[in-house]
Amino acid sequence: MAHSARRDCPELPDFSLLKRLARDQLIYLLEQLPGKKDLFIEPDLMSPLDRIANVSTLKQHEVDKLYKVEYKPVISTSDQLCFLIRPRIQTVKWICDVANADKAAGKFRRYKIIFTPQKFYSCDAVLEEQGIIGEYVTTDEWSFYLLPLDDDIISLELPEFFRDNFLAGDQRWVRTAGSALHLLHSLYGPFSKIYGIGRCSKMAYESWREQVAEGEQRAQKAEIGKVFLIDRDVDFVTPLCSQVVYEGLVDDIFRIKCGCVEFGPEVTSTDKSMKVMLNSQDKVFNEIRNEHFSNVFGFLSQKARNLQTAYDKRRGMDIKQMKTFVSDELKGLKQEHRLLSLHIGASESIMKKKTKQDFQELLKTEHSLLEGFEIRESISFIEEHINRQVSMIESLRLLCLLSITENGLLPKDFRSLKTQYLQSYGVDHLLTFANLRQLGLLVEQQPGETMTVMESKVGKLVNDKTGGKLTDAFSSLARKSHFRALSRKLNLVPKSDEEYDLRVPRDMAYIFSGAYVPLSCKLVEQVLDRDGWTGLEEVTKLLNGHEFAVTGNNGADSKAKSDAQRIVLVMFLGGCTFSEISALRFLGRERGFRFIVVTTAITNSSRILESLLDNHV
Amino acid sequence: MSFITANWNPLGEAFYRKTELYEMSWSLRDGLRDSLVAAAPYGGPIALLREPHRRSPSSRPQLEIYSASGVSIASFPWKSGPVVQVGWTVSDELLLVQEDGSVLIYDVFGTFKRHFSMGQEVVQSQVLEAQVFHSPYGTGVAIVTGSSRFTLATNIDDLKLRRLPEVPGLQGKPVCWLVLTQDRQTKVLLSTGPDLYILDNTSCTAVSPPGLGPQSGSIIHMSVSFSYKYLALFTETGHLWTGPSHLQDKLNEVDTKNTKPPQQMVWCRRPKSQQPSVVLLWDKLLMVVGVRQDNIQFPIEEPCVLVGELDGVRILSSSQQELLQEVPLVCQEIFKIASMAPGALLLEAHREYQKSSQKADEYLREIKEQSMLGEAVRQCVEAAGHEYDSITQKDLLRAASFGKCFLTDFVPDPFVLTCRELRVLNSVRESSVGLPLTHTQFKQMTLQVLIDRLVYRQFYPLAIEICRYLKIPDYQGVSRVLKHWASCKVQQKDLTDEAIARAVCVKVGDSPGVSYSHIAAKAYECGRTELAIKLLDFEARSGEQVPLLLKMKRSQLALSKAVESGDTDLVYTVVTYLKNEMNRGDFFMTLRNQPVALSLYRQFCKLQEQETLKDLYNQDDDHQELANYQVTASYREKRLDSRLSLLQSAVDEYNKAKNEFSAKATEDEMRLLRFQRKLDDEKGAGLLGLSLQATMEALLALGLHKQAEQLYRDFRVPDKRYWWLKLKSLAEKEEWEELEKFSKSKKSPIGYLAFVDVCMKSNNRFEAKKYVSKVMPEQRVRAHLAVSDLEGAADAAIERKNESEMALVLSRSSASDRLLIDRLNRAATVAKK
Repeated sequence: MAHSARRDCPELPDFSLLKRLARDQLIYLLEQLPGKKDLFIEPDLMSPLDRIANVSTLKQHEVDKLYKVEYKPVISTSDQLCFLIRPRIQTVKWICDVANADKAAGKFRRYKIIFTPQKFYSCDAVLEEQGIIGEYVTTDEWSFYLLPLDDDIISLELPEFFRDNFLAGDQRWVRTAGSALHLLHSLYGPFSKIYGIGRCSKMAYESWREQVAEGEQRAQKAEIGKVFLIDRDVDFVTPLCSQVVYEGLVDDIFRIKCGCVEFGPEVTSTDKSMKVMLNSQDKVFNEIRNEHFSNVFGFLSQKARNLQTAYDKRRGMDIKQMKTFVSDELKGLKQEHRLLSLHIGASESIMKKKTKQDFQELLKTEHSLLEGFEIRESISFIEEHINRQVSMIESLRLLCLLSITENGLLPKDFRSLKTQYLQSYGVDHLLTFANLRQLGLLVEQQPGETMTVMESKVGKLVNDKTGGKLTDAFSSLARKSHFRALSRKLNLVPKSDEEYDLRVPRDMAYIFSGAYVPLSCKLVEQVLDRDGWTGLEEVTKLLNGHEFAVTGNNGADSKAKSDAQRIVLVMFLGGCTFSEISALRFLGRERGFRFIVVTTAITNSSRILESLLDNHV
Repeated sequence: MSFITANWNPLGEAFYRKTELYEMSWSLRDGLRDSLVAAAPYGGPIALLREPHRRSPSSRPQLEIYSASGVSIASFPWKSGPVVQVGWTVSDELLLVQEDGSVLIYDVFGTFKRHFSMGQEVVQSQVLEAQVFHSPYGTGVAIVTGSSRFTLATNIDDLKLRRLPEVPGLQGKPVCWLVLTQDRQTKVLLSTGPDLYILDNTSCTAVSPPGLGPQSGSIIHMSVSFSYKYLALFTETGHLWTGPSHLQDKLNEVDTKNTKPPQQMVWCRRPKSQQPSVVLLWDKLLMVVGVRQDNIQFPIEEPCVLVGELDGVRILSSSQQELLQEVPLVCQEIFKIASMAPGALLLEAHREYQKSSQKADEYLREIKEQSMLGEAVRQCVEAAGHEYDSITQKDLLRAASFGKCFLTDFVPDPFVLTCRELRVLNSVRESSVGLPLTHTQFKQMTLQVLIDRLVYRQFYPLAIEICRYLKIPDYQGVSRVLKHWASCKVQQKDLTDEAIARAVCVKVGDSPGVSYSHIAAKAYECGRTELAIKLLDFEARSGEQVPLLLKMKRSQLALSKAVESGDTDLVYTVVTYLKNEMNRGDFFMTLRNQPVALSLYRQFCKLQEQETLKDLYNQDDDHQELANYQVTASYREKRLDSRLSLLQSAVDEYNKAKNEFSAKATEDEMRLLRFQRKLDDEKGAGLLGLSLQATMEALLALGLHKQAEQLYRDFRVPDKRYWWLKLKSLAEKEEWEELEKFSKSKKSPIGYLAFVDVCMKSNNRFEAKKYVSKVMPEQRVRAHLAVSDLEGAADAAIERKNESEMALVLSRSSASDRLLIDRLNRAATVAKK
């Protein structure tokens, strides 16, 4: 795809600054507890921490031993314990237990709890309730909001954002998102234009504005011009589709964790697993990450041939040339060779799993659902999928996709599919279904537009100021999908009769084999084109509103046609997929933009659905 | 204009002048006699306590507070104990030191603020004398007690009492004493008569001023300058010794020829002037003593009080107030008779110009020839600042303005600034305001402090005018004034809540930096809750409203404001507060109206208080959630019967929620559990907790076909599912006969291709072939291919005349199969036609 790129893409800002800031603050916090100490780290903070400060850095600042928080009694001889955790009640309770156990055993220790990215009042409440806050237990905040995963991907690494915010209606992370935005604004702003859609986006935007008003913005040259905020629940279809772009596929199959993937023996063709960083530093990966999988093999074999030629140069060299070859090129070639063989291994492993009949049929079903053709066949496919117990998550994914694209299931189908699913995977999924219903992912078609019980209950309360917000809250709970209408309005599903050449993609649909343009990315494209939401009124109505477009207050800079105006920050609240990032990269190349994706976490269909399962409580 | 110098009195190289500040607007019956008088520096207010020693309760002494111009601010009878000393703090609060060592603090309007004590032991020994002094740390109080001990408090706002060491041989109070601030230390200098001591925290050191011989006699009066730099000592022989306050040096010694101790002795010194002088006040005489032997004497007609200022001395009497100061050098140069200074010439030039006389040109030329015009303008501007009389100010400024017309590179800022500042100074010097500030004092105290003082004295309109006139940023200027105004306004008892709220809103509007919650807090402090709530409504940041609302017990309102603010921690704070304040029912009802708070609390309960969660749902009649809760709970339950009972209640709740589907599913689950239990007991099958599918699989694997069949019927398992299940299970166990029997039991709902696939998965081509013929025609090609029967596949494809199928077969056949390929190709061509 590189050949179709516009050459004048602006340079991306340097985000390593974020890492440096986070590291410096962490070191400062560690030094607040002088002397040797043991550090307990929340498991899901391990990888992010590793990107910020390695073990030797920690050791330099008198961290003696490192432990993972495992909710087990502590075996440590140190008289100072430091905990680096997310603000979760469960973890705080465990720390209370640890402290109380020590007290009972007559052991005197100092404890320091570092919450990241911020502390919540509820955590303090628990500490107080257990009576362990005081001189020997101190708390602090490590405002580590943003982790740059790659040149153009920044993650908040908060997977729970999705469930907490969209399912539980718990808005405590909104301010975190606002703070993250504030941090970016103060380092790379001022932003000249902010667009957004979704309730949470709007709240995050307001929280950010508030923080801007409180602090003072240094006058500086903007490095990021525009910002687009989008809620995950604006577009559920895209993350629920099977990913077929290389990076997305690798994530679906091997699960990329914090920019790093662990390839098992079947990929490395040795008896060991291997951890590999996947980012633009990896030259081979950088060239195939955005490619449709069908192109990857061709590309890799071409690459292999090139490599061979490079190696072959050795022949017929004299001693001197050989010497320069070895010192200059060989190392690079070897490195490339190693990476190439890894990616070939990975591709083979993917091929094995994905080119089977089943997968083809699965894709076909997905495409039919997106197009709205042959629904009955799709339903029987899903039924068979459930009956044959192919995969718990996959079945659920197809059910949800069916429900969203069809604006709910017919009552008969709804019941029978659910019954069969329960028979296959156990009745505890009743709770899962309740969650899916609440999010509007799996619903029954409503005969007519009668007010639901819930809504009429709410109606009674609509008499005070907050009434408006209430109805909003509920309408988003029992909300409807209008996928078909949206798809028509925005032309999301290209006409199927045309051949789609995946080698030379013509639009963002290539990330789904030309079958579907991701709604989220389409919105970004449309809004950037129109410089706002004008002309998209019907679309936003279908998406439940909450759209906004605000001009920043840096009067002078906004007019300037500087490079920064073509750097667009897209923030996904509730996670985004690698496919969406690929689509945005494609859009950027087409239009001469550079996109920076900020997300609460990298997600995919399995992660979304697993977070909604309720059988683990 | 020539008489400007009429009131100048030469002293050494300098001149001293007395300027009248005010005709005092008070009318004091007895003058200043028999009163304790305290006037704050920087033109501050004056406090008068009449006859402080009168002790009979029938006629209490009167405490009066006046502005510097004599306008009465407050007056009330003094009901507390006998007062030893009166003084003002740096922030214009009135201090009254009582005999028993307690110090009472009043504001300028005579409102009692607070009090503190100078120590318990003082109650016994009594305060003999006290002094209020100003130091870099704030305002301090020093006392000497009946037991001849000194106690110091260097900052009354951060009270730390220091008892100083004993003074050897001191009985009663010393002859005279004062407080010195040196090297960031506060010390007491005292004279016991023959000896002079310095008292600090730890020691009492005898000192002797250099050059003061014993023949001068003992020291009976002393005074320290405004900046604590210079000291003046007056001896019983009438000698006045002056020197730096560290007592290492001597400036001068003068014989005043007046052996009576002066009533007051005050330094009169202008910053940067090289010529300090001391002003001494006796009954009928005011004497200014300079560095040499000469002095100026003024006769005094009525009792006076001297107030030391930064750049002069204010002389306060019952009828008028004057400022005695050294004439600033620049004024001397301009106004001195026959002065040829550039400023003087410029002033003259301008006068001639106004008279339309050509002499103006001559003067101007003269200045320009010396190229001193810039200097001339500067002098006029500076001198204008020092003049008190507005006519003189105008003359000087006009002259400066005239002069700068002839300059090309003149920077106008100092001129403009002086004009503005003078205008401000003139307006605060008005008798009605009464702040007789000199320009030097104004510069020292800064504009911010001036505005604070005006606000403190409640001159709000003037303060706002000044802020606007001087273009101070709103945040530091107008807003600050408005904030104070509003805080004061809400205390007005004679106005209704409505009226005050409206007035505040109209005036304050949305000025930046004015916090309505702050004003509301003030209103609440004065017991006006309703007003506070009204005011809070104007607060834009809802987060700010919450703490006060909670304090006022408006918890419901606090909750909705917290929700509006979007700050979940704030919401949580309120929720916790409510939980402790309200009974459970009301608490839940409150939450019910606030979904955001409710979901937050639910999240918390899920982790902390499961039982509360149930109560919450119960309260809400949220049967759906209750049922879900029961289901969740059932999974934590180990024992089957309690598990079943939980599920039963879930079924009830689902029914109440009209969720028949879930009720049914739960009932099925209970049925399944019982069934599993039975089989586990009978056969030890280990089924409990498995899903229906898994149960059937397990049964089939155990060969319990009948029981599996029973489940299939009882739970209305779709045929397709059951067939798939059985098919897979039989193939896995390689029970091929059983499989064949099963295939013939009735027509397969899942077709026969599945049979073929399953057999092939177990690599049994023989068995697979048995089913190929049964496969539906449209799948037959695939079936043949699955068993690697290319011939059969080709036949089937040709029979169906299906091009794509033929192509599929072609792609699978190897090149050696010439015959087959030809046949297919032929058929394909035929099919195309």
